[in-house]
Amino acid sequence: MSLAAHSVVEPSAGTRRFAGSLVVLYAIITMIPLVWIVLTSFKSPDDAISYPPKILFTPSFEGYCNLFTTRSRQTPEFIGTLGPPQGLCDRIARSRNMVVAGPSNYLPRFVNSLIIAFGSTVLAVALGTLAAYGFSRFRVPMKDDLLFFILSTRMMPPIAVAIPIYLMYRTVGLSDTRLGMILLYTSVNVSLAVWLLKGFIDEIPREYEEAAMIDGYTRFQAFVKVVLPQATTGIAATAIFCLIFAWNEYAFAVLLTSGSAQTAPPFIPIIIGEGGQDWPAVAAGTTLFLVPIVVFTVLLRKHLLRGITFGAVRK
Amino acid sequence: MNDLSATPRIAYSAAAMQPTVVRRLRGLSDKALAWLFITPTIVLLLAINIFPLIWTIYLSFTSYRANRINAATRWLGIDWYQSILTDPDIWAAMQVTAHFVIWTVIIETVLGFGLAVLIDKKFRGHGVWTTIILLPMMLSPAVVGNFWTFLYQPQIGLFNYVVAFVTGRSASSFQMLGDVTLSPWAIVIVDAWMWTPYVMLICLAGLRSIPDYIYEAAEVDRASKWRQFWSITLPMALPFIMLAVLFRGIENFKMFDMVNLLTGGGPGSTTEVASITLKRAAFESWRTGYSSAFAIILFVTVFGLANIYVKALNRVKSR
Repeated sequence: MSLAAHSVVEPSAGTRRFAGSLVVLYAIITMIPLVWIVLTSFKSPDDAISYPPKILFTPSFEGYCNLFTTRSRQTPEFIGTLGPPQGLCDRIARSRNMVVAGPSNYLPRFVNSLIIAFGSTVLAVALGTLAAYGFSRFRVPMKDDLLFFILSTRMMPPIAVAIPIYLMYRTVGLSDTRLGMILLYTSVNVSLAVWLLKGFIDEIPREYEEAAMIDGYTRFQAFVKVVLPQATTGIAATAIFCLIFAWNEYAFAVLLTSGSAQTAPPFIPIIIGEGGQDWPAVAAGTTLFLVPIVVFTVLLRKHLLRGITFGAVRK
Repeated sequence: MNDLSATPRIAYSAAAMQPTVVRRLRGLSDKALAWLFITPTIVLLLAINIFPLIWTIYLSFTSYRANRINAATRWLGIDWYQSILTDPDIWAAMQVTAHFVIWTVIIETVLGFGLAVLIDKKFRGHGVWTTIILLPMMLSPAVVGNFWTFLYQPQIGLFNYVVAFVTGRSASSFQMLGDVTLSPWAIVIVDAWMWTPYVMLICLAGLRSIPDYIYEAAEVDRASKWRQFWSITLPMALPFIMLAVLFRGIENFKMFDMVNLLTGGGPGSTTEVASITLKRAAFESWRTGYSSAFAIILFVTVFGLANIYVKALNRVKSR
């Protein structure tokens, strides 16, 4: 649409400047907590809890070091007997009369988050694409009821679902396993995947497949060779939404995992140092955890609306 | 399994031709293929959502406790439902939930709609700023909620510092998370910070769905901008606003992660929303039967809201 086409209702330059400055003001205020997380992750523990809060400070990697290592307190005499410090983190630890004792649990938790998020996304999108195609193209009895059923599974409060899942997983031995979490997140995500992908597939003209089938393709070949390539954008957008949900999920993770399958969200809040929470380390863990989501949000911006409304609103 | 009816025919045709996967699928009718495509999803949801739900319903009538597996389980009928619906603590939790839902929805709708109107003026760079505004809602409520506890620290927190700077009060004179009157608002603030962009995005779609010719006609009729807003913009964006309100209402009714990390329901039970009460009963007191009954009551409530939502959704779609 060209700007000249609706000049009568175009807002004036002054209105635009006014609207723009208010929006920018809101954006800046809303960004402060996020900027503060990143700043805190580069502060030393003393700078992080100083009053008044420090905006200018000497950057330190202590938060990141504390995030990835466990340390033990030692006497200066003992530290004196050790060789030269190995690497930056060792040097920082020794300046506080500590030595690096080993890696922390953050990395394994982060890896769990990656495996569970990607595993459940692949499954949910695969199942969702098939089901969405089925609902989009075929006459399915009770179609609307089935679609509503699929959506309604998402309406349950997570804690209400967690009670029987906890008992069920305990019985079949899926408690605190990655497989159990992957299946659970898949079941939550598949409803979103079906609804979003049905919208995307509905938009692909049926004539494409019909032409392919006249050329001798079977229905299945037409689905694989014609529909899937056309739906790539929709599948990618859906996958990112599933990935973000699984990545961010906390309620199931905190109730159903405690050790080997624990993801990062329940782990980050329990990062503690000596004498309370180690805020730079928490901030460092939070920053690393949020960076992928920021990247994905920028990638997704055109499809955000569709994703957050289950495809109810399309631009 | 509905696709079983097609199996004999596939076997027949596969015997006549090379039995490859593609050949097998060639023999499938559209109906069989439809069920083949849909069944896996339905089976998964039946196994991980519906079977547990039925189990919950069963447990809600019993005295089962998940931490005492060997204890005899008694059938209690509707005892739990009666005791929950007459329990003042449950009603207090419902009241806390209602306060949280109502205030977050009001604040998010007013701010979100306002922002959408401003962004719809298409000032220079509105795309970039919109993306920046959208960021908080994509982040993990748990991880971000946890960080807000740092911002809310009485002496060292940034939030307290800013409030102290603006109002002149001492930064350590109030505790957002430890004070009975302030803590319900502390969780409302974080939720509004996170989810205002969500309402904004849906409202923006509503505003952009209004065709320009309606405004042009109004200009020709010399309707004032104020009149245009009340007679065109608001009514035509209303279904979208309703959609956003319902989505936020359902989500916040279920709210658990952010509140659990910010206050854990405290101080006392001033921020104990329904999900926190449920978690305490189910995973701390291990009253499995009781908490199952409460879960069913919550689910029925959300399901009722969901029905309203689907009706609203259909109305938006039929426009």
